Amino acid sequence: MKAFERFVGRVAPLNRANVDTDQIIPKQFLKSIRRTGFGDNLFDGWRYLDEGDPSKTPNERRINPDFVLNSPRYQGASILLAQDNFGCGSSREHAVWALEEYGFRVVLAPSYADIFFSNCFKNGVLPIVLDKETINKMFRLAESEKGLELTVDLAAQRLTLPSGEQVAFDVDSFRKHCLLEGLDDIGVTLKDADAISEFEARHRARSPWLFDTMR
Amino acid sequence: MAGRTLYDKLWDAHLVKQRDDGTALIYIDRHLLHEVTSPQAFEGLRLAGRRPWRVDANIATPDHNVPTQKRSEGIAGITDPISRIQVQTLDDNCEAFGILEFPILDARQGIVHVVGPEQGATLPGMTVVCGDSHTSTHGALAALAHGIGTSEVEHVLASQCLIQRKAKNMRIMTRGRLPEGVTAKDLALAIIGRIGTAGGTGYTLEFAGEAVQALSLEGRMTLCNMSIEAGARAGMVAFDDTTADYVRGRPYAPRGEMFERAEAQWRDLVSDADAIFDAEVVIDASTLEPQVSWGTSPEMVAGISGHVPELSAATRPGQREGWEAALRYMGLEPGMAISDIGVDRVFIGSCTNSRIEDLRAAAAVVRGRRVANSVLQAMVVPGSGPVKRQAEEEGLHEIFLAAGFEWRDPGCSMCLAMNADRLGPGEHCASTSNRNFEGRQGHGGRTHLVSPAMAAAAAVAGHFTDVREMVGSGTGGAA
Repeated sequence: MKAFERFVGRVAPLNRANVDTDQIIPKQFLKSIRRTGFGDNLFDGWRYLDEGDPSKTPNERRINPDFVLNSPRYQGASILLAQDNFGCGSSREHAVWALEEYGFRVVLAPSYADIFFSNCFKNGVLPIVLDKETINKMFRLAESEKGLELTVDLAAQRLTLPSGEQVAFDVDSFRKHCLLEGLDDIGVTLKDADAISEFEARHRARSPWLFDTMR
Repeated sequence: MAGRTLYDKLWDAHLVKQRDDGTALIYIDRHLLHEVTSPQAFEGLRLAGRRPWRVDANIATPDHNVPTQKRSEGIAGITDPISRIQVQTLDDNCEAFGILEFPILDARQGIVHVVGPEQGATLPGMTVVCGDSHTSTHGALAALAHGIGTSEVEHVLASQCLIQRKAKNMRIMTRGRLPEGVTAKDLALAIIGRIGTAGGTGYTLEFAGEAVQALSLEGRMTLCNMSIEAGARAGMVAFDDTTADYVRGRPYAPRGEMFERAEAQWRDLVSDADAIFDAEVVIDASTLEPQVSWGTSPEMVAGISGHVPELSAATRPGQREGWEAALRYMGLEPGMAISDIGVDRVFIGSCTNSRIEDLRAAAAVVRGRRVANSVLQAMVVPGSGPVKRQAEEEGLHEIFLAAGFEWRDPGCSMCLAMNADRLGPGEHCASTSNRNFEGRQGHGGRTHLVSPAMAAAAAVAGHFTDVREMVGSGTGGAA
């Protein structure tokens, strides 16, 4: 995973609550056995007017001009501004792969679904929770003629608006560490291999029926 | 010290290490795999030169992509080449790593959440994970079960552990029993309608009270299955005689003296009387009626005697806009009667409602009746090979076929339409599945979530109708 560095990015506003992962990446694109190739089909059902199919290239598709990400002013956006319960539904990590490949490195929302939230950190995408008032203010700015650019500083846990105003945010210290260092958390866990083995031995002694059955 | 909840006990029993930063290393007893969310995890394992930590903790079966017709051809019968590669890749990975798999032609193949409990591969007291959000189903066995992403699939394969933060405890306490003809599915939908799709976010749910205790184990699975639709990763029901009776004799469950020993331990899988829950929701089960979802989120639900809401009834911020968008997509008007919504297709299946009791409940409604002429297609997709064979032994397939239903082979099918089974644009479907999201069952398709008995009634009537009026009492089943 790439280390997460301070950056300045444009904000794209998606003003809709309960956006589910079926909308972020529809099921017909989950058949791939690879981790890449999902960016063109991010929000497929909203982004295009025709039905999406893995065999179609983006050039063959009919763009929905009314969808916010298709607006010229939000091209190149790397921060997605969203509403409550973003990423609900299916656990598909493909949703985060699609967001990341499209170019989003940060999501801002008042709340997230748990599995999506956790999947983001595994892929170098930072989901930030902000209070409703701040989110609504960001929507006003992002939807205004000038749009909104933010400086994202994970180390300092701070967003900076063009006005110089700063917004602090919380982040789990372990996840922050992994993002900043670009760490593979399996490697971190396996440093505790001895503790896992010791637990496993005790667990087996206590509940032997849990072991050696699925063969 | 206050007592512990069932979730607290399961958490404590699997805690490998509590870290200073508030995260914990939790041991995973059972890992279920299917073809859609595992290939990238196996690839990651290979790239890092890692091996599975404990091969015998894993079990796999293909379900999302498998065709529900012409199954004798096996993988070669999958017409979509991309789906075929994905199913083949699961076979290849399981073989390479020595993981037990029930492949497409195995008699035990089925939807992973039907197969696990049915085979005794998921047991009380276990931690169970799978790269699928409906893993919460297994909580019905008094297990801690939840969905994970593909990176976590790789993490569990490599280390048999997950890095987690403990969730809060919420109890859904039912009062009274469900009326005849009102099922676990209706209870699940009513709960989601009440607390909303984010109501359980950050919590583990425990379903309790008279109505839940009275449910069969299969009914409890239906209930726990939809925890994620209320935002909770995991839902669970305490261990009791119903659980013990269900587990006893399953192929991979402990036997004889080992079962006795296990059962003695499982008896403690209940919340202590003085356990403290961070939140509690009380539901009067005795007044519920069959539920039908009208919108594009499982919280958009009404009783069968009810109506699509007027927009003025929206109370939460953003709710009115959400309802407007949903009604536009669904092609419905505010205030219209639920029973006036016509049905183009009917789908009985999915990890929510494809077990034998579900099929019995639907067959009881269909018996001696015909699918309405206005309905284009009605299909029954059993949850697993054993469910299908059991239903055929009971003659249920003949009832369905005589009524004009299609009788298919096991898989996820039209719940998410990754295989060839799907809705056309604008079509309304009475579906026993779990999600009515836009496009979930096919581009432009319109899903209404219902119980198996209600789906069967809609197939016969051609529109939603109260199944209790159609057949009187005794049709609800335990589903």
